Amino acid sequence: MINQLSWKVGGQQGEGIESTGEIFSIALNRLGYYLYGYRHFSSRIKGGHTNNKIRVSTTETRSIADDLDILVAFDQETIDVNYKELNKTGIIIADTKFKPVRPDDTDAALYSIPFTEMAAELGTSLMKNMVAVGSSSAVLGLDIHVFNEVVEEIFGRKGAQIVQKNLEAIREGYDYMKALLGNNQGTLELAKADGQKRLFMIGNDAIALGALAGGCRFMAAYPITPASEIMEYLIKKLPPLGGTVIQTEDEIAACTMAIGANYAGVRALTASAGPGLSLKMEAIGLSGITETPLVIVDTQRGGPSTGLPTKQEQSDLMAMIYGTHGEIPKIVMAPSTVEEAFYDTAEAFNLAEEYQCPVIILSDLQLSLGKQTVHPLQFDQVEIRRGKLVTDPIPEPADKAYFKRYEVTEDGVSPRVLPGTKNGIFHVTGVEHDETGKPSEVASNRKKQMDKRMRKTKNIRFNTPIHKNCKHEDSDLLIVGFNSTRGVIEEAMDRLEQEGIKANHAHVRLIHPFPADEMLPLVRRAKKVVVIENNATGQLANILKMNVGHADKITSILKYDGNPFLPHTVHTECKELFEYGNI
Amino acid sequence: MATFKEFRNNVKPNWCPGCGDFSVQAAIQRAAANVGLEPEGMAIVSGIGCSGRISGYINSYGFHGIHGRCLPIAQGVKMANRDLTVIASGGDGDGFAIGMGHTIHAIRRNIDITYIVMDNQIYGLTKGQTSPRSAAGFKTKSTPQGSIEPALSPMEMALTAGATFVAQSFSTDLKDLTAIIEAGIKHKGFSLINVFSPCVTYNKVNTYDWFKENLTKLSDIEGYDSSSRETAMQTLMAHNSLVTGIIYQDLQRKSYQELIPGYAETPLTQADLHLDQGSFDKLAAEFM
Repeated sequence: MINQLSWKVGGQQGEGIESTGEIFSIALNRLGYYLYGYRHFSSRIKGGHTNNKIRVSTTETRSIADDLDILVAFDQETIDVNYKELNKTGIIIADTKFKPVRPDDTDAALYSIPFTEMAAELGTSLMKNMVAVGSSSAVLGLDIHVFNEVVEEIFGRKGAQIVQKNLEAIREGYDYMKALLGNNQGTLELAKADGQKRLFMIGNDAIALGALAGGCRFMAAYPITPASEIMEYLIKKLPPLGGTVIQTEDEIAACTMAIGANYAGVRALTASAGPGLSLKMEAIGLSGITETPLVIVDTQRGGPSTGLPTKQEQSDLMAMIYGTHGEIPKIVMAPSTVEEAFYDTAEAFNLAEEYQCPVIILSDLQLSLGKQTVHPLQFDQVEIRRGKLVTDPIPEPADKAYFKRYEVTEDGVSPRVLPGTKNGIFHVTGVEHDETGKPSEVASNRKKQMDKRMRKTKNIRFNTPIHKNCKHEDSDLLIVGFNSTRGVIEEAMDRLEQEGIKANHAHVRLIHPFPADEMLPLVRRAKKVVVIENNATGQLANILKMNVGHADKITSILKYDGNPFLPHTVHTECKELFEYGNI
Repeated sequence: MATFKEFRNNVKPNWCPGCGDFSVQAAIQRAAANVGLEPEGMAIVSGIGCSGRISGYINSYGFHGIHGRCLPIAQGVKMANRDLTVIASGGDGDGFAIGMGHTIHAIRRNIDITYIVMDNQIYGLTKGQTSPRSAAGFKTKSTPQGSIEPALSPMEMALTAGATFVAQSFSTDLKDLTAIIEAGIKHKGFSLINVFSPCVTYNKVNTYDWFKENLTKLSDIEGYDSSSRETAMQTLMAHNSLVTGIIYQDLQRKSYQELIPGYAETPLTQADLHLDQGSFDKLAAEFM
């Protein structure tokens, strides 16, 4: 009996690899296991190697595993590309159809099962995935009754016969594997899970659900990997609330349409990835100077240009902080878990209205698409705060004087009137303007308006700008990261602790304005600071140096090959850094 | 009820004396009053260029955005508050060069807004460069040997893109222009109104006199049927697009907003921002 293992299914894209992983993991989730998934896929519809790696555990897990226990292969390429990940007790379960060959340099056992043939005998070879799911269940020692419910939910609308055939395919795969395993039964058998029902979702699900909970009622967006799930979810869920999603002609339209809707008073969202964000930059500046609330999601992927569209990277950081010409107040937040993605998205709509500026929710491909077990989301923690929105009647002005929408105030935030309000007429322009919004190039006015805008976010109120796991007053290492690296860092930390290295962990959730006051004491009391990030230039490390200094003790561990960090990489590189002073 | 004077504000336009845009400003103010609007019930979203300043010269809510993007901003405003009368406006460079992608899609999307283009066939604010509306051979600072690209025909393009309201007018004809803007505001769907609005400073070819000589009023064409797309296209081609009046109007097709499933009858700005715990639990349960 083991408490956790790692399972991977691979084959050609378009062969149902994704649904194999999906059905298997939904069943595991129902049984109460904790899951963490990572999909390897390419920017094409059919063909090309794809795989789905899932870590299954009886306790909480927040990252992919270093190695692999079970590899389910639908073609030889899957074996050739992935077998080196298999550990000593690992096994390969492969479709007999492609005459699988076990590589010479592996200890892994190969079990050949006629997935396709068995499925074809039941009616259609499409069900080969179900046979594979059944075989995998046998290895894990699962009670396959759990599939009755799952298969019904997925195939129910296709009729009872289809459901029955799929369940038979699972049963046959299960029985065949049981017979093959013989005496080996039990080596990879999983301890029973607690049977608790838990949420199982990707970061994009949480972002979309957070938007709904946070009062978002309109979205304008253009499809892009890895952000499209957000618009696809909201187009299903907004109509019952009176709202909708418009798929626009381009990213610029998506951003400017969201600005128009926010100006008119609806909480509106747009979401994209790097290439889309590059196109939205001028509009982000418009939101900044016109003080129009705007919430934008950036699900980072490999850049620049089209880059690595289906791969993990965290290289938009500087662009999100500084992007757009000129200078504007902006808030950039970086949730590090699926739960935080939910709460932060809901909160982003409050911040956008309170500070009347663009708010960027930074995610990354692994956080946005990695499907995982999620703690219950506390809806009662979600607040709706609309800042200085004017709701009282406005007295009639003398001589058609415009409302002072850009009144210079102490905190920089001015009262905000929505179009349609009687006696509230004001002008909005991306040109520098006076307190009523009328264009003005007067030097003294320019300075007043610029100062007013820039001081809005100076003392931003943000709950937990840094997630801290800092057990040590003085640390050997302070490990810093953002977005999806939180899990691997936590796992590496545990290993470092066992080796007697005093490590603290600070995960930055508010990227801009940078929470320097909170970070500085942690940096001061660390012998060394190591910043873990998926980019080539150490962007977060540079932001850290700019904001808290101590450049001499800040080092980076970087990965920009398109794949997420593994716990052992972070562990060994941190250890080397501690022992030898550099990497 | 508001009169056109109530749509005047106390800002002096920075347009050149004699600019065609003054008449467009007056026509919008008159049309707004004629259809019974109040100043706070209208939002004008404009682009960048001389004509883009128009949103600041009318006493109503106004949004002067970024170059070429007045249409998506205006559509966002209308989606958020369907009770507002939303007018988008800008120049030919704004709508037919940098913003062309939005123009063609706003036309086919058919959200209920009115788009008024002040077409002077030149870039004025940047001091005299060619526009997609400049005729081949037209000499400007950026085409010193004469433009080698043909002029775009926005009216023909609108017809092929699925427009439900296509009209053209001339800025000196205030009565006709006002009537067309009124019709555009009343039209349930996207209305495109191209207004020849001469630039007296940089365009010495397409002058007031030139338009007077070359324009044909559709009302002078006997039996002109604005409900026929085919007639509209043939007439535009026969007159090199130099016609004024309502060229085409489709009264059958529903606006985008009438077709959205579930879209609220009341402005979205009035929607409840709070979900109740029960609805949230139901949404969350779908992820278990």
